[in-house]
Amino acid sequence: MGQQMNFQVVLLAGGVSKQLFPLVSKELPKALLPLGNKPLLSYTLEQLESSNLKSIIVVVAGEDVAEQIRAWISGAYDDRLSVESVTVAEDAGTADALRAVASRLTAEHILVISGDLVCDIPLGAIAATHCRKKASMTALLCALQVAGTSDGSSGSTGKEKAKQQSSNDVIGLDPSHEFLTFMASAARIDKQLQIQRSIVRAFGRVELHTDLVDDHLYVFKRTILQEVLEGCPGIRSIKEELVPYLIRSQLRSNPTIQSKPLTENGGEQFERKIAPNQLVKSPLEQASLLGAQANNMKCCAYIVNKDRYCARVNSVQSFIDVNQDVAGERAVHLTGYDISRSNNVIHPTSKLGYKSTVGPHCMLGEGSEMGDKCSIKRSVVGRHCRIGSGVKIMNSVVMDHVTIDDGCIVQGSVICNNAHLQERVTLKDCQVGAAYIVSGEHQGEALAKRDKN
Amino acid sequence: MDSRRGSRFVIDPKIRQVGFVPAGCESENPNASSAVAAIANVDVNPTSDSPSPVMIPPRLADPLPRAAPLPVPSPPPRKHTSVEIPLQGSYNPTDSVLGTSPPFSPASNGRYAGVPSSEGPDLSPSFVSRASSAMEGMSLREDHLGSPSASRFATVGEYAMFKQQQPQQPATAVTKVYASSLPQEPVQSFAPVGKEDSSKPLKERTTKAERRAKQEADREAKRIAKESAGAKVVEGEARASSNVVGKASRAQSQKKDSASEKRLSAVEKASEKEKKKEIPAPRMQFDDQSRVAKAKKRALIEQTETKHRVELFRHLPQFVYGAQLPSLEAKFFHDDAMHPHPAVYQVGLQYLTGDITGGNARCIAMLSAFKELIKDYCTPRERTLIRDLTARVNNNVSFLTTCRPLCISMGNAIRFLKTRIAKLQLTLSESDAKSLIIAEIDRFMQEKINYADNEITKLAVTKIKDGDVILTYGSSCVVETIILHAFSLGKKFRVVIVDSRPKLEGKGLLRRLLGRGISCTYSHINAVTYIIQEVNKVFLGASSILSNGTVYSRVGSASVAMVANAFHVPVMICCETYKFHERVQLDSICFNELDALVKIPGRKGLSELEGWSQSSHLKLLNLMYDVMPADYVSMIITELGMVPPTSVPVILREYRKDPIL
Repeated sequence: MGQQMNFQVVLLAGGVSKQLFPLVSKELPKALLPLGNKPLLSYTLEQLESSNLKSIIVVVAGEDVAEQIRAWISGAYDDRLSVESVTVAEDAGTADALRAVASRLTAEHILVISGDLVCDIPLGAIAATHCRKKASMTALLCALQVAGTSDGSSGSTGKEKAKQQSSNDVIGLDPSHEFLTFMASAARIDKQLQIQRSIVRAFGRVELHTDLVDDHLYVFKRTILQEVLEGCPGIRSIKEELVPYLIRSQLRSNPTIQSKPLTENGGEQFERKIAPNQLVKSPLEQASLLGAQANNMKCCAYIVNKDRYCARVNSVQSFIDVNQDVAGERAVHLTGYDISRSNNVIHPTSKLGYKSTVGPHCMLGEGSEMGDKCSIKRSVVGRHCRIGSGVKIMNSVVMDHVTIDDGCIVQGSVICNNAHLQERVTLKDCQVGAAYIVSGEHQGEALAKRDKN
Repeated sequence: MDSRRGSRFVIDPKIRQVGFVPAGCESENPNASSAVAAIANVDVNPTSDSPSPVMIPPRLADPLPRAAPLPVPSPPPRKHTSVEIPLQGSYNPTDSVLGTSPPFSPASNGRYAGVPSSEGPDLSPSFVSRASSAMEGMSLREDHLGSPSASRFATVGEYAMFKQQQPQQPATAVTKVYASSLPQEPVQSFAPVGKEDSSKPLKERTTKAERRAKQEADREAKRIAKESAGAKVVEGEARASSNVVGKASRAQSQKKDSASEKRLSAVEKASEKEKKKEIPAPRMQFDDQSRVAKAKKRALIEQTETKHRVELFRHLPQFVYGAQLPSLEAKFFHDDAMHPHPAVYQVGLQYLTGDITGGNARCIAMLSAFKELIKDYCTPRERTLIRDLTARVNNNVSFLTTCRPLCISMGNAIRFLKTRIAKLQLTLSESDAKSLIIAEIDRFMQEKINYADNEITKLAVTKIKDGDVILTYGSSCVVETIILHAFSLGKKFRVVIVDSRPKLEGKGLLRRLLGRGISCTYSHINAVTYIIQEVNKVFLGASSILSNGTVYSRVGSASVAMVANAFHVPVMICCETYKFHERVQLDSICFNELDALVKIPGRKGLSELEGWSQSSHLKLLNLMYDVMPADYVSMIITELGMVPPTSVPVILREYRKDPIL
């Protein structure tokens, strides 16, 4: 158990994400979205399990969702993991979720991991970095994936790119790339960035990066986490408020003393009582401080190696991208499926019609049937789908129990459970909601049933 | 007085065993006749031949009487002694111990300085042989000078170190040491021009058989002393001779013993066994395949040996750098019985990545981690705390060793901890025992490291005067605090920081000192011969000081000290006594630490060295430490005072009787 190294895991499974609108619903929460025909959450849970972290606190937003997730976990992981699930309100922020479980935290270090993270980074490495540096917080940073790894088939990728570029987080690192010196999430950046002089003075130099992404995996020191959560009730989100707050206050000896509740723009002044070279200590000073338990907080960064896979599913585009990665070479090892000789994953119970082809980097789920002369390229097809003749599916995700009639062409789209594509439908960059019946030609649309509310 | 001094010279190495010679004992016997003085002078002179490095200050105080022998031509006094000696040779040894005949007894008795009381009753053939040899004339005294002193000491482990030193150091070593403290006169008086040729024929006259007889007599006497002194002495000796060299010499002496007289008493056999128990297992030699394989099985970290090993250093671990950290990180959350305590794990990681460097910092980090370990420890059922905790500590220590080889001071600290655990009373409750050990660890850290550093700083600051130019090498935390303290006292001085690649540790020191406004000069080690000309004091730190006065320190320190010595700049080593070790090391090859050359500082864009560890034609070697002979060291500043390097064994003996307090 992780207890041995004094670690506890909090898994933020989320609820019904708004960013993934047509894909998720009350019936299918984000955590259970099929990614390579496995629920999204299973990737995270399996990663935790492989790291020997077997007691996990799962925080879910919303009562119904919690029920579903609990049921699924107890079915799938009953014998392997001891999972404790906690429910918070649907609109609760991530920091609120932490607050909800704060009383259950006992270990020295808390690993907070987001349920939508798909990565193969050894968690031990992050934890080891955290321990080694005696940090109060360690964040996982990942080089920005170039948006739309799909070979530019869709027109919207360019748009998406531009959008992403404008909304990048700004992350400041010290020259050795070990410490976090600054972080501002895209949502909160106005035209100005405020960086404290004391931090610049302490680190000597600050590098500002916009090519790094904060991947929602943090290790916190419990005492500091609890202190801050308690002391600053204004903090609602981990990424947008808690982490920048900790980074700002890392040179102070005590995180909560003299801190006003965080204002909306987060621009309060901290007094500068810090010695200029506080972080550069001679061994003797360090030694003498060891006894007194040096209380200065350090925020570290763990930057993912280029050869590791790390991605988050937080938008429709990223959902398609990650699906392709999972089906393709980059991350197929995460799924645990056997790869066939033609470099794809086809379930033995699926049936292929005459002259139908399934290209490399594809997945075909259990019990799916295809008609004649179909072709599937770089796509994931779920379980028990019925696909007619002459259907072309490219760069798309088709979930379970979908019916696609003859002559459809699907490109860069997501088709949710139980949807029905009638004959000769052409979809390009569309999202089709659950149980929706599509007819005609669509491009770049989100097609879903209007909810009652 | 003179006669006593003379005899002292002859038996000099034995006095050195005792160490500090109080000045009083030399002036015990002030009433010396002129005739005796003349004889004594003859005795004095040959000492310049004796290769042992002598450094007992009181003798230097009055150069006048020693200057006297110069004009004295040797032949007449020598005849005089030859007449006298038979008388002395046949005397009852007990009388001489009582000092009835002051001028001569020390001379004859000197050989037995270690065993005064046991000598009396023993009337073994060796004594007869000695007497007879004395009868032959002139041989007694000359035997002292003539017989290679080294052979006399081969029997006792403790002398092994002197034995090594002696052949190495030429007669000039003596004069050199004096030269630093008392400029000219004694040196002149020591240059025996006429004496040399007069003593040489004497040397030749003793036959091999005679010397042999003498040796055996000595050995016999020592054996008796050993028996009488009991196990304690044996223990002390064993500890003192824990090094490999000492062991070898003992084995040699054993062989000789059995050859000459095959009567090893039962007592001695028992003591031999005890000795063996006392000797710690020899250091892991990495060219010993079977042991390496065994260690590998135990180790948590996968270590792959480099393909391009340097043959000369096969006995030291040479691992591929970079493979260790990922494998260790991957196992972070794993748990098995071997898993180290989280705190220890953390420290190990910090060693591995170089976040903690420096002997003191590493030692403190390790001890703090062990404190955590003990705090969290609870004895499993059906186990005793003492044994189980020792095993646990051993596990954790071996984990740390795989992260980075422990330095000598840490070895001392671990030994301290283990003896504390082993000495716990069985009746103590678990919580009491734990708190007791934790308190002991705290005390060790406070006394041996923190207070020691403060004391050293206080002492060393007195050596810094206005207008001084102080040279230091690399980055030693003690030296740094000394400099800062001296600066805060308002002393006006300048600091020269000499540094060397690849670590360039001095840069950090330079930055910190400049931050305080101390004027500094920074130079690399290749310029040390130039920069030394403006320097008048050298302060160096040390990783360890070995019992022959050798300073084991960051590589490069020895060269700095050598240059300083050549330029007559005093070299002061600042080192806490807990870093002292009984081991003897003569070169930096037999034991050292090899560091992987990963980050080589240089201009950006230089790609010549990229991937050089993969090149099959290149073998990388980067020693971490080197060994500075005691000759170069003017003074060692410890928390117990400022001592010459020859006093290290004394400190070791006197302050660690109770194994490392």
